[in-house]
Amino acid sequence: MAWGHRRLSVETVLLGAIINLNHPAHVVHWHFFQMSLANLVVIVVMIVVFAAAIALPFPTHGRGGS
Amino acid sequence: MSTRAEKRSWTTRTREIAVGAMPPERLLPDEQPSYVASWIYVFGVLTIAALIMIVLSGVVLALKGPAWWHYTGIGHFINSVHLWAVELFFFVMVVHLWGKYWMAAWRGGRTRTWMTGAVCFLIAVPTAFTGYLSQQNFDAQWIATQAKDGINATGAGAFFNVLNFGQMYSYHILLLPVAVVALVIWHVLLVRRHGVVPPFPVFAAAPGPQSTPPAPQSTLPAPQPPPDPPQPPPAPPQPQAKP
Repeated sequence: MAWGHRRLSVETVLLGAIINLNHPAHVVHWHFFQMSLANLVVIVVMIVVFAAAIALPFPTHGRGGS
Repeated sequence: MSTRAEKRSWTTRTREIAVGAMPPERLLPDEQPSYVASWIYVFGVLTIAALIMIVLSGVVLALKGPAWWHYTGIGHFINSVHLWAVELFFFVMVVHLWGKYWMAAWRGGRTRTWMTGAVCFLIAVPTAFTGYLSQQNFDAQWIATQAKDGINATGAGAFFNVLNFGQMYSYHILLLPVAVVALVIWHVLLVRRHGVVPPFPVFAAAPGPQSTPPAPQSTLPAPQPPPDPPQPPPAPPQPQAKP
């Protein structure tokens, strides 16, 4: 499949069908607050990872520290 | 050489000061406190791992140049490794920052540890920004033209010209990375010197008006519960009153 002068692989085309980036970015508006949806998703994932890092038990292999 | 001459030697004095400030057993300890066994303490070393990947991939990119990273397959790959290592670097660094903020990691004489980390974060931002300006593509031109007005409004545009590729590239591959790496090394040495900050004391019972006031914040070593108070001797049996 050709795009301009470059030929794209089948994998690239399939990935593009799943995640279509060929459009302007989605933006979230809330009063004065404005942020791209991609940045908002990353921030939400960071909060989830932060909560999981606190909540999930850490494997200690039955060996304690000092 | 006499002992007196060795005392005057700057190498001897430097060694004694360095070993006194950072004994080897503290620089490379055998164990860590038990409270370190938590996922939230992992994000500092994850940040360092991401930084190592950034530096290694960046060295390759600097050696090969823009034509290589734009027009070859391996160049695309190393360029992507560099980009995604930066994304992960900021991701885990911010989680590390949140964790240390909410446990007040500046407690117990760790102010310099906190400040070196905070300043390192602030310097990492323009380091990444100059990297986006150094891509040598339309994205870099778009970012530069969008950023120039903001930079000029601060007055910094006279000596920090985002439209000057050579200047941005110098900032990106030399000046700012050296500052970030130096601050990270200083930060880690301070962590080794003062120890990892302990968590806040945990209370089993809900605090109320009659509860025990919180214990004072402590530093390393880990806070230990106080020993049980001595029990009073048992009272002698009381004589039974006769009817």
